[in-house]
Amino acid sequence: MRRINMAHIKVEEGIPGIRSLVLFRPETGKPLYDLAQVLLRGPSALSEAERELIAAYVSYRNECMFCMSSHAAAARCLYGTEKKLVDEVLNDMQQSNVSDKMKALLHIAGKVQVLGKEVKPEDIAAARKLGATDKEIHDTVLIAASFSMFNRYVDGLASFTPSDPAVYEAMGERMAKGYVLPPTS
Amino acid sequence: MPYIPLEEHLPGITGLLEYSKDTAAPIRELTQLLLRGPSTLTEGERELIATLVSHRNECTFCTTAHTAAADILLGEEETTAKVKQDINTAPVSNKMKTLLTIAAQVQQGGKSVTGESVKKAKEAGATDIEIHDTVLIAALFCLYNRYVDGLSTVTPTDPAFYKGLGERLKTNGYNRLPQGYNHLKK
Repeated sequence: MRRINMAHIKVEEGIPGIRSLVLFRPETGKPLYDLAQVLLRGPSALSEAERELIAAYVSYRNECMFCMSSHAAAARCLYGTEKKLVDEVLNDMQQSNVSDKMKALLHIAGKVQVLGKEVKPEDIAAARKLGATDKEIHDTVLIAASFSMFNRYVDGLASFTPSDPAVYEAMGERMAKGYVLPPTS
Repeated sequence: MPYIPLEEHLPGITGLLEYSKDTAAPIRELTQLLLRGPSTLTEGERELIATLVSHRNECTFCTTAHTAAADILLGEEETTAKVKQDINTAPVSNKMKTLLTIAAQVQQGGKSVTGESVKKAKEAGATDIEIHDTVLIAALFCLYNRYVDGLSTVTPTDPAFYKGLGERLKTNGYNRLPQGYNHLKK
């Protein structure tokens, strides 16, 4: 009997994470997937890999295993030969080999994860000094804020979190191609 | 001063939604559905969830705006004031207390929502959809509050501003105004 991982509401069993929730309520699922798509795949000064890295980093800090594992997998996929950067950032962001600008943006994302008002003028000034633009700062804050929502949605309803890394690897490959609302059967 | 250049006549969230219209579209659509779409929770009850979460996230702009919207929808100002003070003694139904408790746990973090509090909500008559929507509204305001404060948007101090905004949220909801926002320029 696989009854260890029961969600708080009656979603289809065995369907992982946010997928089970948007199948439960496709009306709200559609704008949620649309947001993920435009935020992580739409036009931005940040690469898709960098945006997935911010998503994984915030999810890691929120201890949301499902979002962290899936977005880390998507980021590895998008970073390709540089995929070890993802695990470096999740281990110790400041010691990782991402650019100084990216570190400054991840630092801002970490502040947003705590609370909006934690982002101080000096955090923004430091990012600007390293070349971050208005749009990059905006996108970083909005991605971090959005994952503060997604993480709470996924864990707040106790959706199913697979433990097999291979599941996330396949998920990451699918996510790297984009976010499409799963069809309701 | 906001951290990025935003239209001066659009304080708080509106300037951000106009700065980045492509990301604003799904955020607006989601908010309209959750707070104004068909639901067994009243619009006033849903605004109470938004108010409580914004208050606990210390986001003055969102707290004041949604307090104003809830006050208009509920026709009184006592409930919002008391919900912000203490959920358990606030003048709301028992079911609403259990849902607000879940929303407060979501504000802390997804993992803070306990099986016990969900059980209490179900015992008080809450449906799965009501629990789902409560969690998602609370999570959505964790986005809004961080977006608004994380970019240091302007928080007006004049109560009349929020009264006007509350009226707009009651009348127009959360969709972008078809004519845009130029008419708000002084």
